[in-house]
Amino acid sequence: MTAIVVEGCDLRLEFLLRMGDNCLVLGHRLSEWCGHTPVLEEDIAIANVSLDLVGQTQLWLGLAGEVEEKGHSADNLAYLRDAGGFRNFLLVEQPNGSYGQTLMRQFLFDAWHYFMLRRLEHSSDKRIAEIAEKAVKEVTYHLERSTDLVIRLGDGTPESRAFMQEALEMLWPYTGQMFDADSLDDAAIASGLMPDLADIRPDWDTQVNRVLKAATLQVPKEAWLHKVGARSVHTEHLGYILADMQFLQRSYPGATW
Amino acid sequence: MYAQMVKTDADRVKSLDEMEPVERAFQQRIDAGEKIEPKEWMPEGYRKTLVRQISQHAHSEVVGQLPEGNWITRAPTLERKAILLAKVQDEAGHGLYLYCAAETLGVSRDDLYEQLLAGRAKYSSIFNYPTLTWADIGAIGWLVDGAAIMNQVQLQKTSYGPYSRAMIRICKEESFHQRQGYEIMSVLASGTEEQKAMAQDALDRWWWPSLMMFGPNDADSAHSAESMKWKIKRESNDELRQRFVDRTVQQAETIGLTVPDPDLKWNEERGHYDFGPIDWDEFWNVVKGNGPCNRDRMKARREAHENGRWVREAAAAHAAKKAARKTAA
Repeated sequence: MTAIVVEGCDLRLEFLLRMGDNCLVLGHRLSEWCGHTPVLEEDIAIANVSLDLVGQTQLWLGLAGEVEEKGHSADNLAYLRDAGGFRNFLLVEQPNGSYGQTLMRQFLFDAWHYFMLRRLEHSSDKRIAEIAEKAVKEVTYHLERSTDLVIRLGDGTPESRAFMQEALEMLWPYTGQMFDADSLDDAAIASGLMPDLADIRPDWDTQVNRVLKAATLQVPKEAWLHKVGARSVHTEHLGYILADMQFLQRSYPGATW
Repeated sequence: MYAQMVKTDADRVKSLDEMEPVERAFQQRIDAGEKIEPKEWMPEGYRKTLVRQISQHAHSEVVGQLPEGNWITRAPTLERKAILLAKVQDEAGHGLYLYCAAETLGVSRDDLYEQLLAGRAKYSSIFNYPTLTWADIGAIGWLVDGAAIMNQVQLQKTSYGPYSRAMIRICKEESFHQRQGYEIMSVLASGTEEQKAMAQDALDRWWWPSLMMFGPNDADSAHSAESMKWKIKRESNDELRQRFVDRTVQQAETIGLTVPDPDLKWNEERGHYDFGPIDWDEFWNVVKGNGPCNRDRMKARREAHENGRWVREAAAAHAAKKAARKTAA
């Protein structure tokens, strides 16, 4: 496949990093909960979602390494890039916070992820379509689970509603970035590599509004949305995630594990 | 594993002649190798001993998530991270099966869990040791799960049906855990000098605590006789410990690591390895709450429970609302 280069970036590589880094960073965040959730069943469930996302990371970043043609494996890309090289959404790198905040973050992302993957099954790139087809099976379950939990905890007790409303207000400003196409997205959309974000938006809005209503939660009315510009710019949190995640690879360069 | 100090209520074991007819019939079923099922008559001591043992085992699985969970975010590759996540997830699953098995004896999981949080119930001493390097994750799989398997294989034949069935399921997963731990250690042992040193250091720190997992020597194990009579336990602490040593020493040699025991020596006559004395003071100290991580482990569990209170309450409240709406409709 001939590389489409826009502004010095290989579109395919850039797109694969965006998908892979979301899975990597969110999978990592979820794994921080291991053994600390409110109830044993949740320890199992959250580890499951985390595992799925780590598996999807291997697929997206594995293909990114092939496309890049510099001999990098998925591990090299995960463990040896600095924060500026990461392309994930700011939403997924936000700290876990309360269990409610973790679930709200999951729900807002799952809804985007699900509708994105459903359309990616028809990507003009066969390899991308194949990964999407596999991942969407897992993400269908992720969205069902986070939808269910957001409703149960929103429409639970007054205390739980307050926790969930607070989580929503804290995370809502990061949702804008998921639909804010930059010039690379526009080129990838034009080439048929990825779907138009404007087409995903109405599905996401419908799902999110329905669930938040059932959860008795209010979408923040005058929420300002983060406009961060370049996807290489992150919040303060990503550096700490990488300090943890990359510790062994950085401390023992070249060792195999 | 993970039930190492299970008390029974008996001072000594009764003979068949001393038993009431119903108890004698029960003992005869056990002697004939029959399984006892939840609704059937059983001596109160049998029930209590099982509740203690199964719940200790369940608590150990739950607390056991913590030392390994400590390295999930720092696992060195995506594959290692996935394997470790899956393993810790299995431990949580084992906790669930075991609480379910205990519940068949008329206790509730919530009550058992409260006992753990209140410090009235025990869990295996091994989880009060810290995981300081990545090699500790290998050592836990290899040695701790290896020791657990020695104990659990015999428990597949335990006399109480639900416990026996839970063990059969758990053993399948534990042998995968043991292999992945040994594999981590072999990779480290054949890696760089620093990695080899990391592997040896982990073996040095985990060897003796792993031997302690089998519990006190048979001569000092006051409650074992009754558990053996009821076939709750099928083999003694020392027998299991010996089998573990015999198998593990050879595995260490294969990957070029040295077991930290100057007295370790093959005894041709016995057909077993002789090994040095275990520091039982250390064992009792850890059991009594004074191990390196006892306080941290319990604090982590209590915080998870307390921080999760609103989540559990909300789930219950939502279920009640839903049921009420259904009735109204």
